[in-house]
Amino acid sequence: MSMLQVSVYRYNPETDSAPYMQEFQVDTQGRDVMVLNVLAMIKEQDSSMAYRRSCREGVCGSDGMNMNGKNGLACITPLSEVVKGGKLTLRPLPGLPVIRDLVVDMALFYKQYERIQPYLQNDTPEPAIERLQSPEDRDKLDGLYECILCACCSTSCPSFWWNPDKFVGPAGLLQAYRFLADSRDEATSERLAELEDPFSVFRCRGIMNCVAVCPKGLNPTRAIGKIREMLLANAT
Amino acid sequence: MVTNITNFGRSGLSDWLIQRASAVILALYTLFMVGYLLLHPNLDYATWSGLFGSTWMRIFSLLAFVSMAAHAWIGLWTVTTDYLKPTAIRIAVQAVIILAIFVFLVWGVQVLWGA
Ligand code: SF4
Ligand code: SF4
Ligand code: FES
Repeated sequence: MSMLQVSVYRYNPETDSAPYMQEFQVDTQGRDVMVLNVLAMIKEQDSSMAYRRSCREGVCGSDGMNMNGKNGLACITPLSEVVKGGKLTLRPLPGLPVIRDLVVDMALFYKQYERIQPYLQNDTPEPAIERLQSPEDRDKLDGLYECILCACCSTSCPSFWWNPDKFVGPAGLLQAYRFLADSRDEATSERLAELEDPFSVFRCRGIMNCVAVCPKGLNPTRAIGKIREMLLANAT
Repeated sequence: MVTNITNFGRSGLSDWLIQRASAVILALYTLFMVGYLLLHPNLDYATWSGLFGSTWMRIFSLLAFVSMAAHAWIGLWTVTTDYLKPTAIRIAVQAVIILAIFVFLVWGVQVLWGA
């Protein structure tokens, strides 16, 4: 038998007075499936089980969750990577309000993303064809633009847990740097002015939880370091 | 931009820089102290008081005291804003911390120049 013991965080605010963990036995038939497949099998046993997913191939960023204590995307996390001693524990992303079961309210996360103005700002009249960038300048955006906003990083960051309303968080800061580093963006000094307070950037303590969990292999800590360098160069 | 009025330098950037500079000064002061004590195993009052009577030692010590004050304020302020969510308690604790830092600073100056 290849039964997997799965413990899942359950909470339905309409019927439950408090969250609880529910145990499931899932027959994986010995295959090394993804955690998302296990959730689908659980949903066959109990159709009230709620979780988000869409692309099921690590592109949309909607199934970020905490699997055996580590954040990641359920659809691209094979059981062999997370299961310890035949047990799997699934919880919602930590630090955000739970709407139901594994579904969290991402409003604060998106608010921080919105705050860094994640769009190109350039008031120079457009050239006839397009705004050109040298290959070197384009290279600076690698490792930044690939973020899928899954929130695995920000919800693993203690600084974001304590101050989600003030600290932008690793995901937002990676995108802040994506536009600071863009040679076509003209709002650099305005962007920097928005970030020099004691919370937005400087609440980062360099713990690097964000780097450890990012399913796209991105490095928010390095981007945060670069923002600090830019702030320092700008103000000294 | 998140506004704040109780952090040390009014800006996250200046707090960050001061925190690093003060850490370097405190490390140098500690190294000097440990080195001095190791080189003077039979230290007596006259030598010790002579050390703190010299102008350069008073400058170095005052620099270390001021660094300690800034370092403690920035560090503890951060701790209060992470963990103390009720505003009244947070402000009260911040006030006690700042008062204590002020008292220790004045006391330190008095000890230095009272020798
Ligand atoms: S940086 Fe990585 S972990 Fe964070 S939101 Fe983007 S893709 Fe997800
Ligand atoms: S490095 Fe900074 S942003 Fe990343 S988890 Fe640590 S404190 Fe959070
Ligand atoms: S379902 Fe789209 S990233 Fe997992």
